[in-house]
Amino acid sequence: MFADYTWTELGSIFAMQGFAGLILFSVFVLMALGLAIIFGQMGVINMAHGEFMILGAYVTYLCSNFFQAFLPGLFSIYFFIAMALAFVAAGALGAFVEWALIRHLYKRPLDTLLATWGLSLIMQQAYRSIFGAREVGVTLPDWLLGSIALTDIIEIPINGLFVMALTLVIAVGVYFLMFKSRMGMQTRAVVQNRVMAGAVGINTEWVDRKTYALGCGIAGIAGSAFTMIGSTGPTAGQLYIVDTFLIVVFGGAASLLGTIASSFAISQAQSTMEFFLSGSMAKVLTLLTVVGILMLRPEGLFSHKIRR
Amino acid sequence: MTNGKFFLGRQELLGLAILAALIFIVLPASIDIFRLNLIGKYLTYAFVAIGLVLCWGMGGILSLGQGVFFGIGGYCMAMFLKLESSTPEATKIQSTPGIPDFMDWNQITELPWFWVPFNSLAFTLIAIFVLPAFFAFIIGAAMFKRRVGGVYFAIITQAIAAILTILIIGQQGYTGGVNGITDLRTLLGWDIRTDSAKYVLYFLNGALLIGVLIACQFVLKSKLGRLLVAVRDKEDRVRFSGYDVANFKIFVFCFAAVLSAIGGAMFTLQVGFMSPSFVGIVPSIEMVIYCAVGGRLSIFGAVYGTLLVNWAKTTFSETFPELWLFGLGALFIAVVLVFPNGLSGLYRTNVAPAVDRWLGRSSTSAKPPLEDPQAAE
Repeated sequence: MFADYTWTELGSIFAMQGFAGLILFSVFVLMALGLAIIFGQMGVINMAHGEFMILGAYVTYLCSNFFQAFLPGLFSIYFFIAMALAFVAAGALGAFVEWALIRHLYKRPLDTLLATWGLSLIMQQAYRSIFGAREVGVTLPDWLLGSIALTDIIEIPINGLFVMALTLVIAVGVYFLMFKSRMGMQTRAVVQNRVMAGAVGINTEWVDRKTYALGCGIAGIAGSAFTMIGSTGPTAGQLYIVDTFLIVVFGGAASLLGTIASSFAISQAQSTMEFFLSGSMAKVLTLLTVVGILMLRPEGLFSHKIRR
Repeated sequence: MTNGKFFLGRQELLGLAILAALIFIVLPASIDIFRLNLIGKYLTYAFVAIGLVLCWGMGGILSLGQGVFFGIGGYCMAMFLKLESSTPEATKIQSTPGIPDFMDWNQITELPWFWVPFNSLAFTLIAIFVLPAFFAFIIGAAMFKRRVGGVYFAIITQAIAAILTILIIGQQGYTGGVNGITDLRTLLGWDIRTDSAKYVLYFLNGALLIGVLIACQFVLKSKLGRLLVAVRDKEDRVRFSGYDVANFKIFVFCFAAVLSAIGGAMFTLQVGFMSPSFVGIVPSIEMVIYCAVGGRLSIFGAVYGTLLVNWAKTTFSETFPELWLFGLGALFIAVVLVFPNGLSGLYRTNVAPAVDRWLGRSSTSAKPPLEDPQAAE
């Protein structure tokens, strides 16, 4: 399949597809980070994660319309405000869901899976009733449009660059929050030994709620970023949920670094193969490889050395 | 329960009798053939739900990919029926007569190799049993031998369901794509679309279901069934007692897979088509809710749960399509939070003691005292 292309063309193809893969990678990382925090740190399966992401996307869409109509002067920076609002909205809903639903089910992880699936159905239908079944897109400010031409063949879209930069910032932020801040320390303490953490005065229930809200909030930001590269529909979240879960499991559930590494591997494999095969076959092959590797090495790429 | 005792207790016999009466007498006598065909369709999902009771309720293995096995069974049957209806005479307007119509639309000029054996009904029937068991064995052996279970297993099976759906939709020329395999007419020359054929298939389906229930009851009452429950509750203790835990899990997963495939094959026969919309993540997880509503510990409950949820689905989506997803979502949450043992749990605490007492005292009176909350004490 490589025979029809010259070396320079192949190089450019790989560069272009590699870059497309990087954008996919960014979305995966943003989604998977939130999921990895919730799943890895709390052992809770959040099937509604995609819907939290879409909540962020709809918040961004509303913001875009609001700024266009009432504050056109500030339109060029609306995206940052939208992102903050998306984080707050998804995080607040996450905290509520944890209080109403998840906290009753910590001892039954398989049941959380069913309950959050139910939640995702309700959220999907709510989006459909409020925003309609059609996909909506946001208007990007001028400075995010266009692309930078690197060579005559390779062009890099600016919104893609922005999403990547955003991902970097969020990933670094999550790292500092989890490993350098007091909240992260408490969270990790609760994960390692819940009873002992409670005994030394950590409010474990409050930590759970904050962790869950944080994971959902990051999903909201992911949704916000998602609007820059694609349109949003009520069921868009469901399309990504399986990939994201595989990423988290593939990376090793408790490792944030593993999550990032596996997002990178999966997104690059998928987008490079997409050029040569049809999109669906690329996805099938990627997912099959991941499932195959997971069958051989169920603990994922990066894992703690414990014997089960 | 000693070994000498029959594996069907009085409660189970009563349950079987009531279900059989409902399926074979009450429903056919009270509703028209269109509705009865719908019920028949629901009952094919009940095979999956019964499999999930064994797998999830008894074994503690939640599979979110039962749609895969339902699909394998359904597609095997659909491929056979499709080949039968695509004779060279029936398809002579195509550029390549004798192959299924969707292949012709996708510029495929010869029957793919994996379709060829499905010309034979015997092969198809064997495949319906062997293929799902084979796939379940591979998945189960790979996962359970490495002591992977619980949430990981659920995610991986879900991913497999997603992969199979994408594959079927993507390979339109070989699988019929998103429309599935449609326009199935005859089974060995017997027209399956007539009303009389629908009646016959409905009764066949019901008989199979009763047979499967008896088989499951046999498994549950055997030593294997009790070990399975033990594995669910204290896996390590069973392992340290010298049993190979993985083998029990693999067995029950394969068993559930075969049940799902039987359901899938009966689905194709009764509904007349098979499509990827019964394979993927959404149908697979919906099948879990049938089982959960019925009560994840009761094979009879699973049948009633399936009927109830599907009846509600049909009724609501006919009248208030918007409300159905809200209702289904709320059902998921309620069944987990409020009554985790489902309908059979309610039956067991409120009705079963009374029935037991009635069965123990006299077996001649006409009607069991079904509602007597005081008797539960």
